Amino acid sequence: MARNLVTATINGDEVEFTCSTEQTLLDVLREDLHMMGTKNGCGSGDCGACTVILNGRPVNACLVLGVELDGANIETIEGMAKGNELHPLQQKFLDHAALQCGICTPGILLMAKALLEKNPDPTESEVRFGLAGNLCRCTGYDKIVRAVLDAAVEMRASKS
Amino acid sequence: MVDLRYESPETIEVAVALLAAEGQMARVFAGGTDLLVQMKEELVEPALLVDIKKISETRLIAIDPDQVRIGAAVTGAELGENEQLKAMWPGVVEAVELIGSAQVQGRATIGGNLCNASPAADSVPALIAAEARAVIAGPDGIREVPVGEFLTGPGQTSLGLGEFVTSITLPKPPEHGGDAYLRFIPRTEMDIAVVGAGLSVVLNPDGTCAAARLALGAVAPTARLVEAASEIMVGNKLDDTVLEALSAAASETCSPIDDKRGTIEFRTKVAGVLACRVAKIAWRRAENN
Ligand SMILES: Cc1cc2nc3c(=O)[nH]c(=O)nc-3n(C[C@H](O)[C@H](O)[C@H](O)COP(=O)(O)OP(=O)(O)OC[C@H]3O[C@@H](n4cnc5c(N)ncnc54)[C@H](O)[C@@H]3O)c2cc1C
Ligand code: FES
Ligand code: FES
Repeated sequence: MARNLVTATINGDEVEFTCSTEQTLLDVLREDLHMMGTKNGCGSGDCGACTVILNGRPVNACLVLGVELDGANIETIEGMAKGNELHPLQQKFLDHAALQCGICTPGILLMAKALLEKNPDPTESEVRFGLAGNLCRCTGYDKIVRAVLDAAVEMRASKS
Repeated sequence: MVDLRYESPETIEVAVALLAAEGQMARVFAGGTDLLVQMKEELVEPALLVDIKKISETRLIAIDPDQVRIGAAVTGAELGENEQLKAMWPGVVEAVELIGSAQVQGRATIGGNLCNASPAADSVPALIAAEARAVIAGPDGIREVPVGEFLTGPGQTSLGLGEFVTSITLPKPPEHGGDAYLRFIPRTEMDIAVVGAGLSVVLNPDGTCAAARLALGAVAPTARLVEAASEIMVGNKLDDTVLEALSAAASETCSPIDDKRGTIEFRTKVAGVLACRVAKIAWRRAENN
């Protein structure tokens, strides 16, 4: 099987890996790099559990190939907290009990982070549209949306 | 299982040579949001993926004096951020922006949406209405084909051996011109069009219609131009008589299928409704231009 050598930056660290052409970024993260924070829900772009930030944009890691990533910059859930200090979104998800089983949470956190970077003051409807590619079977979305809106308030306050 | 290889050429010439040498077993790889799903489902089993994203021509949006060129590998997210293009062809941009979630938008390309050739592809009716052309590179050089002729059937295009789409061109929008795209889906986000309608219109200084093109998606094996729409609209204002005739012409153009998303009857009716709604939006945009 063709092996491809790839060097990419993951959460600020330069990482070198080999992958077969079929392997997705999701496969590489979970199977080869043993970074299990990125979740596998559907494998077809429908659920958003595998969301990572690739070169500044949220994408489904299950629809990206490892071999494409030479020189790429990738941000996963493992890079969201700075040491023991949670990102405001992570803290608000805890405060609002915006997770139950937690499978959808890493993807939603990264999607919400990307959303707030682009639009720091979203309406509820903008948050719901922004998170339309992330499915959650447990919470009913309401707590998630509230947590994101609340985190947005805090993040705006800490900026000004 | 075939041993899948990957190439990411930096020039059109090398991409064409790779595609031509591998023949039927090669696939162009852009955003992968259709292709990787089809590979997972074993609907296609290529031996070579030719990633076109490193070819600079496929990644550019160029606004020339007489036309707009959109690289085939420009993503929906990138199109949506281009304010200048949005002002010129808002209908085309809104159609591409409807594709999938924010995550899909970060990867899905306009060329991939066209070349995947789904009868329900959202960009296609808007592109046909805007008189877009596909610029195709191949072993014999470059050729250009109107988008409506490029698509030959569900999943089928007029691409020959070694050919791929490098960019899509749109004419410079005429003065007092406007376009729009609308689709009907059972949910509000993340679904496939039951009907899609794209319309572009140009107005005369006296406020009557000078030219109009209406195209429908998801109601036939390929997106269709509603031939009668131009005749119905030209010379007139958008009054109730015109809207009624437009709606009837749109419904008559449909030869849809029955499926879980919509029956033949429903799709035919919705096509008429969307035609009127999209005409009103495009008309208003034209008045403001
Ligand atoms: C969750 C999800 C939701 C979606 N929602 C929508 C939607 O709402 N509306 C919609 O229309 N689509 C939707 N899609 C389908 C898909 O995202 C779009 O069709 C997208 O635009 C495809 O672009 P791509 O770059 O990912 O194509 P790819 O998957 O890279 O390619 C698609 C096909 O076109 C060929 N190809 C690609 N580029 C070229 C080129 N330049 N020249 C020649 N051949 C080429 C490939 O070989 C392949 O056969 C959705 C997909 C997913 C996973
Ligand atoms: S696992 Fe990638 S979107 Fe579901
Ligand atoms: S918390 Fe279980 S899927 Fe969202």
